[in-house]
Amino acid sequence: MSKDIEMGIIKADKLVHEFIRRDEEGNVESITTALDQVDLDVKEGQFIAILGHNGSGKSTLAKHINALLSPTEGSLWVDGMDVQEEENVIPVRRTAGMVFQNPDNQIIASVVEEDVGFGPENIGVPTDEIWERVAHSLAAVGMTKYRKHSPNKLSGGQKQRVAIAGVVAMEPKCIVFDEPTAMLDPNGRKEVISTAHELNRKKGVTILLITHYMEEVVDADYIYVMEKGQIVMQGTPREIFSRVEELKEHRLDVPQVTLVADELRKTGLDIPAGILTREELVDAIMRLR
Amino acid sequence: MIRDITIGQYYPAESAIHKLDPRVKLFSTLIYIIALFCFRGIAGFVIITAALAAVIKISKVPFKFMVKGLKAIVILLLITGVFNLLFTPGDITIWSWGPFKLTDAGISNAILMVLRLIYLILGTSLMTLTTTPNQLTDGLEKVLGPLNKIHVPVHAIAMMMSIALRFIPILIEETDKIMKAQMARGADFENGNLIQKARNMIPLLIPLFVSAFRRADDLAMAMEARCYSGGEGRTKMKPLTYDKKDYIAYILDSVFIVLVVAARVFVPFPM
Repeated sequence: MSKDIEMGIIKADKLVHEFIRRDEEGNVESITTALDQVDLDVKEGQFIAILGHNGSGKSTLAKHINALLSPTEGSLWVDGMDVQEEENVIPVRRTAGMVFQNPDNQIIASVVEEDVGFGPENIGVPTDEIWERVAHSLAAVGMTKYRKHSPNKLSGGQKQRVAIAGVVAMEPKCIVFDEPTAMLDPNGRKEVISTAHELNRKKGVTILLITHYMEEVVDADYIYVMEKGQIVMQGTPREIFSRVEELKEHRLDVPQVTLVADELRKTGLDIPAGILTREELVDAIMRLR
Repeated sequence: MIRDITIGQYYPAESAIHKLDPRVKLFSTLIYIIALFCFRGIAGFVIITAALAAVIKISKVPFKFMVKGLKAIVILLLITGVFNLLFTPGDITIWSWGPFKLTDAGISNAILMVLRLIYLILGTSLMTLTTTPNQLTDGLEKVLGPLNKIHVPVHAIAMMMSIALRFIPILIEETDKIMKAQMARGADFENGNLIQKARNMIPLLIPLFVSAFRRADDLAMAMEARCYSGGEGRTKMKPLTYDKKDYIAYILDSVFIVLVVAARVFVPFPM
């Protein structure tokens, strides 16, 4: 396919996924469309955020990228590989790693380093190289100090960093974070998000961050907003956050700073739309005088 | 209280015992159990005690930590002790009342059984305390490897065991949490007769099962996402290889069991 050449690392074309519920006789009881004509194009090295409320289909999308679910209609390519081909499943999973929501339910081993080694073991990496990769990945997430610890004794944020290290050890080109911070306290959230940014910056890993916390996406390169299985908004953070009313319609909380700026602008003050950080707001207010 | 169970937990430390090959530890535990049930006389007991004490000392696991594990079996110890004490027929009856009688054999039996159980728990928990569940299952996988030829899914069984061990503390914590939550809603886990008590456990067990299944589902997905596809084509981060210290341990095991058997043959008193 000539299309492959300029194709991004993740490319979805009119992706549809339906959850079909059947009764005992196998008759269709109800069909829930979790993904509805989703188009996605992610270039290598980007930091992409997918925002959406509960039940918007964002986790279903994430599971497609890792070939855990397979599309009902449409197509999805990960690094040029069609996820629907049976023989592509393992290569796709090696290319796109995934970090899940619950840190406890994705750590397999009882010692941090053994868990990080689990992925490389599965893909048949030689023993010496597994050790290198484990040391490397633990350093990348700043957890080297805890390598001999039991995951049960770590905080939520630390557990999630171990889970990230487990994915990094498989050296994927892309990591999908499926609401990695939903079960963490504010400190843990910061730890995880800054780890994701660091991987993106230092190792050039493509990041797909799926979340419903708006504060976490202000530093992303590009944002998709999902609602009822469809992509309803897309753009850079600045573009997205300048459309405050629209975001509210999709039941998303706008960051406080943006909200304050928006309210001020509505009162007639000359403040630009799409303010993302406190510094920007302070600057804008100072310039008013 | 529920948190005090140390059986099946790993105690991280840098010691010679921790570094031993898990196969050696499995074999040693087996030898230890055999010794425990075939020793006779004070000499054998002294040998076993000395061996156990030495291994605990070398392992750097605090003795206090191990004793905590015993708390979980206090009831079992009491029942064993009392039954042996009151129902063993013997030559000299010291006291009797109906079907109960206290005899010389009963007393020595009770002491012996309780000691055996305590030693059994201490010895076997020492193995799990010094071996990570992963190593343990790696060891089992290797030891049971030949069974693969007759289509026993050795790898799958080993994987299930290691995951079960990893989730013990998590599920215990969860039980604690659900218990408190249900107590806050007026559930009563302490009063009533046995049947009522069993029935009162339902609001604890159902949420626990639901959450365990959910966890299993999540975990299976996380494993798949990390390319897990069974034992074939897997490499090992920590492959098992025998070392000089492992051979030494095997020799010590042999010496130990020979000593215990010799003690049984030559000094079989006073028990």
